[in-house]
Amino acid sequence: MTFLGLADRTWFWLAATCYLIGFLLGTAALLRDRRQSRLAIYTLVGAGFILQTLGLYVRGQAVRGCPIGNTFEIFQFTAWSAIALYLVVGATFRLSLLGYFTSCLSAVLTVLSLANPVWDATRHIAAFGGNAWVEFHAALALFSYGVFALLALTSGMYLLQNYSLKQKHLHGLFSFLPSIIELDQISLRLLVAGVVLMTWSLGLGSIHWVQDLASVDLPKLLVTAGIWFAYLATMILRLSGKLVSQRLAWACVALFAAALVSLPVVNASRHSVPPVAPALGTRT
Amino acid sequence: MSDQAATLFLLGATHHTASLELREKLALAGAKLEDLHRALQSLAGLREFAVLNTCNRVEIYGVATTPDTVDRLQASFCAMNQMEPALFEKIRLNLRGHPTVQHLLEVAAGVDSQMIGETEILGQVKAAYAAAQARGTTGPVLNRVFQKSFQAAKHVRTHTAIGEGQISVASVAVDLALKIFGNLQPCHVLILGAGDIGEKTARAFKSRGAGRLTVASRRLQHAQEIAGSLAAQAVPFERVADTLSEFDIAVCSTAAPEPVVTPAMAISAMRRRAARPLFFIDLAMPRNIAPEVAHLANVFLYNLDDLAKIAAENLALREAEIHRVRALLADKAAALWQQVEPRIGGNHTAE
Repeated sequence: MTFLGLADRTWFWLAATCYLIGFLLGTAALLRDRRQSRLAIYTLVGAGFILQTLGLYVRGQAVRGCPIGNTFEIFQFTAWSAIALYLVVGATFRLSLLGYFTSCLSAVLTVLSLANPVWDATRHIAAFGGNAWVEFHAALALFSYGVFALLALTSGMYLLQNYSLKQKHLHGLFSFLPSIIELDQISLRLLVAGVVLMTWSLGLGSIHWVQDLASVDLPKLLVTAGIWFAYLATMILRLSGKLVSQRLAWACVALFAAALVSLPVVNASRHSVPPVAPALGTRT
Repeated sequence: MSDQAATLFLLGATHHTASLELREKLALAGAKLEDLHRALQSLAGLREFAVLNTCNRVEIYGVATTPDTVDRLQASFCAMNQMEPALFEKIRLNLRGHPTVQHLLEVAAGVDSQMIGETEILGQVKAAYAAAQARGTTGPVLNRVFQKSFQAAKHVRTHTAIGEGQISVASVAVDLALKIFGNLQPCHVLILGAGDIGEKTARAFKSRGAGRLTVASRRLQHAQEIAGSLAAQAVPFERVADTLSEFDIAVCSTAAPEPVVTPAMAISAMRRRAARPLFFIDLAMPRNIAPEVAHLANVFLYNLDDLAKIAAENLALREAEIHRVRALLADKAAALWQQVEPRIGGNHTAE
């Protein structure tokens, strides 16, 4: 499958290049103590998003479904979700440096997945067995991971700003960071949005699961429920004022790292199917 | 007179050339400025002029059409200020031609200011030009030079770090508050102690949009006076301990010999506002806020030394930009001189 004569992985490489250029330009600007052009980063990330969307479209056509059937596709989809959110959040809240950090994270996720051919060795055709609800559940779950990716970024920025103000190092990168309150407010919104999306996704998945308990392996069940519960508890503690400031930020960064590490575990739980076999009704 | 003798010149004195006492003698306060304008308007051979009069400089920019115009102007200026011409010659700044252009560009850009990179001077140059225009004493040369100096000042502010970072303690404190709260409008600022530096900081917060100010002092009447001038509220000093959690920013400058904000007070306040930061600014000596307060999560504490250090760092950054700014302005001055030289009608060199 190609689009305009280019295969899916070519589109993904082009997208990764855009994110990488955004990150490098941002780094160069920061090294020169200059503020990065918001328009330039927005244009680069936006172009990367379009190219990645085309890559996902070509891959989706090839696997006849949402392309989240192997670790490579999951990383690409998570990066794509984070960028989609940035394009909305960045334009709405105009948080300085968020574009820089988003392009950095997306560059890492996309390049890492492209550089690991093993992650893309097995492609599942119609991985969700034609069940649109299960496919929607999986896509929604990964989209919530995109939200948590952005949350990890804003939390990281919070930690940097907090360090800067506490240690009284105010120049260089620190001088361009958004305020503590702005970062806290946007992080809270992302946390609530991520938990709502993940709850919705797990709610949909559980309807399918109770009808066929064997469809989900125990490791996947435990890891997914564990991640969801940890984010839910974090949100409740934040809303009740018991987990705030840098402890909240550290929790959000650590939880996303755990979620990212758990992705291969979740994917490995997939009931094995022959690669590139047409519509075998692979269960998640 | 022949235009071949015409020259663009600058005559005056600045903080670089004259002491404060001498600048006070030369200051053109009130009627003196009017008298000078009248004297210059009647001075033969002075085709255009504008007077820049600030606390750090008195500068007369003009286009003279005879070789002795500047000398006669100087004599008139000295007589008006009752200053010996010999003394004035020791402290004067007298430029001709291209260096005059370069100097005006540097003045407008804040490079020549005592507080390097300050922006107030650009407003003062604009006001001086507007006043001269209103009197009809500018012409094609000064119009061009002044207007281009405004553009050059804007250019260097945009493309260099000459104006970056605050260099006064009060402004640094406000900048830090912006790094914490982003927007000062919803912030409630407590001014604890009614000293001069506290009042200055309160005014800086007010001018940058702080929504609510409260002044607390052991002398309630004094607090009420300051509160009145700031459209703020005054409260007795004793109420602060119980209401500390209501404030986002606390500026402390009392003469108390021991801390007035203890860790226990700060912990108690943070229990009631855990998710919202609290910013303490300690401008007192000895310190009003126990240093242990800085270790609390979501609490930020800056004392006088911290603020002075940041102001000094910002100033150093500005000073590091001077060479780059001067080079940029030199290019602009050279281009501008090429444009205005034919309008003056002569050859000019620096004195």
